Amino acid sequence: MPEELTDRPDLLQVAEALRERFGDPVGAVAFEKGELAVRVRASELPAAVEFLKIVRGFNALNDMIGLDRHPAPGEGRKRFSILYQLYRFPGRLRVRLVIDIDEGEAVPSIVPLFKSAGWAEREIFDMFGIVFRGHPDLRRVYLPEEFTGHPLRKDFPLEG
Amino acid sequence: MAFQEIELNMGPQHPSTHGVLRLKLTVDNEVVRAVEPVLGYLHRGMEKLWESLTYPQIVPLTDRLDYLAAVSNNLGYVLAVEKLMGLEVPKRARYIRVILAELQRLASHLAWVGFMANDIGAMTVLLYSFEDREDILDVFETYCGGRLTVHGIRIGGVPFDMDAGVAGMIRRVLDGLPKRIADIENLLDDNRIWLHRTRGVGVISAADAMDYGLTGPPLRATGVPWDIRKEIPYSSYEDFSFDVPVLAGGDVYDRYLVRMREMRQSAQIIRQALDGLPEGEFQAKVPRILKIPPGEVFHTIEAPKGELGFYVRSNGTDKPERVKMKSPSFINLQCLERMCKGNLFSDVVGILGSLDIVLGEIDK
Repeated sequence: MPEELTDRPDLLQVAEALRERFGDPVGAVAFEKGELAVRVRASELPAAVEFLKIVRGFNALNDMIGLDRHPAPGEGRKRFSILYQLYRFPGRLRVRLVIDIDEGEAVPSIVPLFKSAGWAEREIFDMFGIVFRGHPDLRRVYLPEEFTGHPLRKDFPLEG
Repeated sequence: MAFQEIELNMGPQHPSTHGVLRLKLTVDNEVVRAVEPVLGYLHRGMEKLWESLTYPQIVPLTDRLDYLAAVSNNLGYVLAVEKLMGLEVPKRARYIRVILAELQRLASHLAWVGFMANDIGAMTVLLYSFEDREDILDVFETYCGGRLTVHGIRIGGVPFDMDAGVAGMIRRVLDGLPKRIADIENLLDDNRIWLHRTRGVGVISAADAMDYGLTGPPLRATGVPWDIRKEIPYSSYEDFSFDVPVLAGGDVYDRYLVRMREMRQSAQIIRQALDGLPEGEFQAKVPRILKIPPGEVFHTIEAPKGELGFYVRSNGTDKPERVKMKSPSFINLQCLERMCKGNLFSDVVGILGSLDIVLGEIDK
């Protein structure tokens, strides 16, 4: 398994292109266990996804993953993260875009770019209470409408 | 006489929704205008529960996701954890895993073709296909004691070695399989009712399918040769020669053909794995209390329903910080509205059946 990003010129190229286009926030590019993760600003997320889709040919959104760092997000870190797993077929390339957001911060929706984000964003809204700006139909996907709370937040009790 | 759109409710207790799925349909006379799936009737909060369990404790719970393909779920989760640990699994274990996973694909596709034909009204197929599925479940039972919730894969390897008895049983299943597949094809391939209900029904284009994130046999029926076993081989799939059946019609009939052809390829993979089964250990050394240093991985496999992914994030303790499952049925079901729009109301059942969803993994 390659340990350095320089062992994977195809991924390195994608990382450099993203860095060139969206600047270089601290700790922006991480390469771990053969997987590339690039941190972008939440406001620039749709532009980054569009760039990867149109210019670099990442034609599939595999999954969206929500994370909660409560109660100790770490020095200067925000509470939540959303991870976007993009895939280029054919090409065997996987890239993870990461955005950090705080409680009450809205995230721009990427449904106009990938229809598969529709239910994925609804799931994150349901489980973490993160609002997606511009989503055509943002409702809970699993839990009933009248449910209060968001179960996958770390301060939500396991047993009620 | 003027017709107006009316709303119809289907499910959650409906024999053709394969579990507890509710559909809100808007129909104009007999034509479907909108479909809205309502989920959550089987939501058990698996992802929340996993955060309170140790890594090995999670494996049997993954059986309960896609309960028609338990081994595939085990494999997806276990491979993600092993990647996170950087653990090398013995080759013999990898081969046994491939044998189990492909048997599971056969069992899942056989169950699918039976249910699907039954939904459309051809009940005979169910009786045939379940006979062979039963033989495969007997193999699982002899191998590790489980039939439906198999728990057939452990972190670091497999629970038992593949002895000559089980291998002989598998060979007997494989010997009988071509005739059984041919029997089913004889019943369906040129059946006028079957063709009428499946051909040109629920069509989706390759571009739409990619946009909606469709994976698995429904995607390969639109002409996209995306199979993770070939794309990013895992668990030694690169050692076996097999084809990825692809068709271009994008309708229910092509989804059926893709799955039938996949079964033959699975049988071929199992034979190669049995013939080439390497000697050696079937379980790597894994500490009794498994603590994984902080890190994160995303790993996907080709499950019978589509691309199954697990995101695992560790924090240095014996319990994961977060486990997220990318369930193929959840993502494939999103396409349903696109496929049903403009089709007849009576075809909704057939289109839903052709996606091969399991509510256990949709609702998690």
